[in-house]
Amino acid sequence: MSDILDLTAKQAADAVATGDLDPKDLYEAYRAASAADDLNAYVWVADAAPADGDASGELGGVPLAVKDLFCTEGAPSQAGSKILEDYRPPYTATVVRKLAQAGAPLLGKTNQDEFAMGSSNENSAYGPVLNPWDRTRVPGGSSGGSAAAVAAGYAPWALGTDTGGSIRQPAALCGIVGLKPTYGTVSRYGMIAFASSLDQAGPLTRDVTDSALLYRHMVGRDGRDSTSLEHPEEIVLPSATRLDGITLGVPAELSGEGVEDGVMARFEETLKLAESLGATIRRVPLPHADYGLSAYYVIAPAEASSNLARFDGVRYGARVDADDLLSMYTRTRHDGFGPEVKRRIMLGTYALSSGYYDAYYGRAQRVRTKIAEDFDNAFADVDFVVTPTSPSVAFELGAKTDDPLAMYLNDYFTVPMPLAGIPAISIPNGLSEDLPTGFQLAGPAFSENRIFEAAYALEQAIGFDGSKGRVAA
Amino acid sequence: MIDREQVLHVARLARLELSEDEVSRMSSELSKVLDHIEKISALDLDGVPATTHVVEVENALRPDEPRPSLPREVALASAPATQDDGFLVPSPQA
Amino acid sequence: MSAVEYEPVIGLEIHVQLSTRTKMFCGCALSFGEPPNTRTCPVCLGLPGTLPVANAEAIHYGLMIGMALGCDLAPRSIFHRKNYFYPDLPKGYQISQYDEPLCRGGRLGDVRIHRVHLEEDAAKLVHVGASGRLHASDASIVDFNRGGTPLAEIVTEPDVRSAEQASEWLKLLRTTLRQLGVSDVNMEEGSLRCDANISVRPVGTKELGTKTELKNMNSFRFIERGIKAEVERQIGILRDGGQVVQETLHYDPTTGAITSLRSKEEAHDYRYFPEPDLTPVSITQAMLDRAREALPELPAAREARFKDELGLNGESARLLAWRAELGDYFESALSSNGVEAQPLANWVTNELVQRLGGDADPAESKVEPSALAKLVALVGERKVTQGAAKQVLDKLVAEGGDPQAIVEAEGLGAVGGADELAPVVAAALEANPDIAERLRGGDMKPIGVIVGHVMRETKGRADGGEVTRLVREQLGL
Ligand SMILES: [Mg+2]
Ligand SMILES: [Zn+2]
Repeated sequence: MSDILDLTAKQAADAVATGDLDPKDLYEAYRAASAADDLNAYVWVADAAPADGDASGELGGVPLAVKDLFCTEGAPSQAGSKILEDYRPPYTATVVRKLAQAGAPLLGKTNQDEFAMGSSNENSAYGPVLNPWDRTRVPGGSSGGSAAAVAAGYAPWALGTDTGGSIRQPAALCGIVGLKPTYGTVSRYGMIAFASSLDQAGPLTRDVTDSALLYRHMVGRDGRDSTSLEHPEEIVLPSATRLDGITLGVPAELSGEGVEDGVMARFEETLKLAESLGATIRRVPLPHADYGLSAYYVIAPAEASSNLARFDGVRYGARVDADDLLSMYTRTRHDGFGPEVKRRIMLGTYALSSGYYDAYYGRAQRVRTKIAEDFDNAFADVDFVVTPTSPSVAFELGAKTDDPLAMYLNDYFTVPMPLAGIPAISIPNGLSEDLPTGFQLAGPAFSENRIFEAAYALEQAIGFDGSKGRVAA
Repeated sequence: MIDREQVLHVARLARLELSEDEVSRMSSELSKVLDHIEKISALDLDGVPATTHVVEVENALRPDEPRPSLPREVALASAPATQDDGFLVPSPQA
Repeated sequence: MSAVEYEPVIGLEIHVQLSTRTKMFCGCALSFGEPPNTRTCPVCLGLPGTLPVANAEAIHYGLMIGMALGCDLAPRSIFHRKNYFYPDLPKGYQISQYDEPLCRGGRLGDVRIHRVHLEEDAAKLVHVGASGRLHASDASIVDFNRGGTPLAEIVTEPDVRSAEQASEWLKLLRTTLRQLGVSDVNMEEGSLRCDANISVRPVGTKELGTKTELKNMNSFRFIERGIKAEVERQIGILRDGGQVVQETLHYDPTTGAITSLRSKEEAHDYRYFPEPDLTPVSITQAMLDRAREALPELPAAREARFKDELGLNGESARLLAWRAELGDYFESALSSNGVEAQPLANWVTNELVQRLGGDADPAESKVEPSALAKLVALVGERKVTQGAAKQVLDKLVAEGGDPQAIVEAEGLGAVGGADELAPVVAAALEANPDIAERLRGGDMKPIGVIVGHVMRETKGRADGGEVTRLVREQLGL
């Protein structure tokens, strides 16, 4: 069976299409691997392939691991929170349903930071996820379970969500590929919301081809999500091997300060590699990128404070009984939410409260405009903006849990893109201290096809060997 | 800076009970984060419009056509407490 | 020192449930008394992961209301979240419009409109008292059938000056909305709900006093009574040298008591922010055209037409236009031949309304519009006297039927001819010699005695004018 687990999703789908691989064997191989998960990457694994599974679609019956916050009918959908313990929704998220129809049946639900708030997966009510490259370290977050499952070979591919970096950062820390798509191209219906104006679902995969293949079936306007739209281009699988005529822009403000030496070294090596493939490297000013983190840590908690108001112990989820309504509310929410979620609810409620709106939320929304303008200006000169995905490699479990601000700084390179709504990918970029690092490419809205091509060319040239992280194979 | 009184006020707005210990921790942690966020107050943003939606989709409206509702037992299935076919809560008047 | 006179300054906030087929942000059919929690879906239950999508027809109705009230329609409007916790609010926020509403400004009758915006209704809470299931001494049950029903909130400027004016104006608003076909506008069933912002100020001053918000007035009668009671309460406070406290008040229609809704908690802080899950509403020319085409003739236009084209006096025109059911009945009757507009209008608005009572719709009575028209025509042709016609109307109201047939069957035809009437007049003069003497002397004041005598004898069938003529003739005047 181990050779099945070595296949990329595309390879497995092709094998199914040619009749060389029985989709039932494929599903069972992954089901067994994920049931044996020793990284705490899964919070729930299916007992058997869904009865209505269809392997005739382009996704060939290749099973899909899904972040816990996607609602899946009849299966636990807990968003990493105690307040939703064993909650089973009566409906399935649009993107999960679409992918199942295209031939990617649900394999299991993956662990995550509670309500997607975190960069280390230590904020899950269901325990931390371990990094398959080094079990004393975090996998990144908040889609840490999805990233670890794919990196470890417990899933051929997985769905995650990215609000401030929650796909790209764990992908970088686990040595896999993570795409945060253009806002609106993937329906958010059925994704338990963190910050509505930033959240976007995306693929976590072993390589760029799988990323494009999965994303191809995720896109599309959904009548149930007002903010969703049709992708103007059909998503195609990449094949470029050169970067001739492509200009990569490195933020002028990126000095390497605050970035680990090994991470910076790998980044610079890849820039040279890109040049050897024909790319031009240029510095581009992104003068407001520095304010991105501040704006992000106003907008995301503000929206979250409102999105999480529905967890009130009335219609679903845990409740702490009390004689009066106010105590029922406050105790239910006290016991149901973890410390980071409470922190962000407090921060967001404060930022929206009377007298502070203009200084915080109002200002942050205007900073957002400036950041989007920065990117517009940059893309007039360059094709992509590139940075290291994360300033560090995977850190030790517990290393930053006592310092929220230090934890937030992890998102430095990843928050500006969701603020501007533009797509960005993280691809494995070699090792530092024997741990994966990530290379991030961001492009203009709807430039996913071009991002895949450039990322594919780089991926081939970098030649990263992810099998060292695959414990299941 | 966010002081103890403000923490309690905000916690009440957010319907969060906080222990004495949590109140003081929240006060120092939020203050630290807010100090960092203060950065944006230095920016000159006169005349800069707010971005409420990054991608402009307008009139994403729904035709007025009924869809089936959930069977009641499904609607009530996850409720912590029910009575008389409804969701039971402590009275808001109590 | 004379006491200061106070005048009330009243603004109204009206919530109107729109009669679309589905809810504001989901596809659930609107509920009309179905069993609890049978009109819900993941969206209107606020289940995790669900998103709202605005109902195009609710926007259309909103535009129709805006046009009918003469509002400025915003080319672009957005929704906000109004955040607060309550069991009838499944998401912990109400999606409403805040600083960029669909409609601004406008006027209806003598009251200016401040704004009209769209939002979603809350669910229904039923108080159940002590419950064995909870430790609580008191419990409530939530039914989400109503939750998410589309609402238009109409906010007026503080132009209303009395309780009576408030209730009269609301009737005009109700008529307008009913004619638009955008709502059932039924106060008892809650599809039209009114809150009033009330303050008082010394007559002659411009500055506004401290206002209170009076809620829960679910009939026109209660609105009038509630506002009156609150105005008196505020004047009483000021006369005693006190100060009105800004607060939300609840009017109890059964006891007439006004109680404060202000809880021990701090004031609400709704933390409004633009709803990220909804995109802006941009009004297109096609949307405007469709709304304009859907507009029926509205009371103000109808009032003008009744005056200008039918020559009705102002009072009749206004009454018939503002109470559409009377106007409709009137126009239906007017289409019969041979009836004049103003007398018909008088019969509809006076005699018929009196007999049917308050707010009744004459279309639902036994009096066919054509029957009333015929009766009024008979009066005009002097074939039936006013008095006899009122008796015929009594019969029509009770049993329906044809007025001509009733006149014949009951012998109520006018005793108009001189042959028939002359002996009765002569007998009346004979029976009242002193009156006859005064009339002969030129003092016409007591002629009513003679007319009354003749009317008694003829059971009201005599024509008053003819009687007067015969009196003069027989007395040689
Ligand atoms: Mg309202
Ligand atoms: Zn619904």
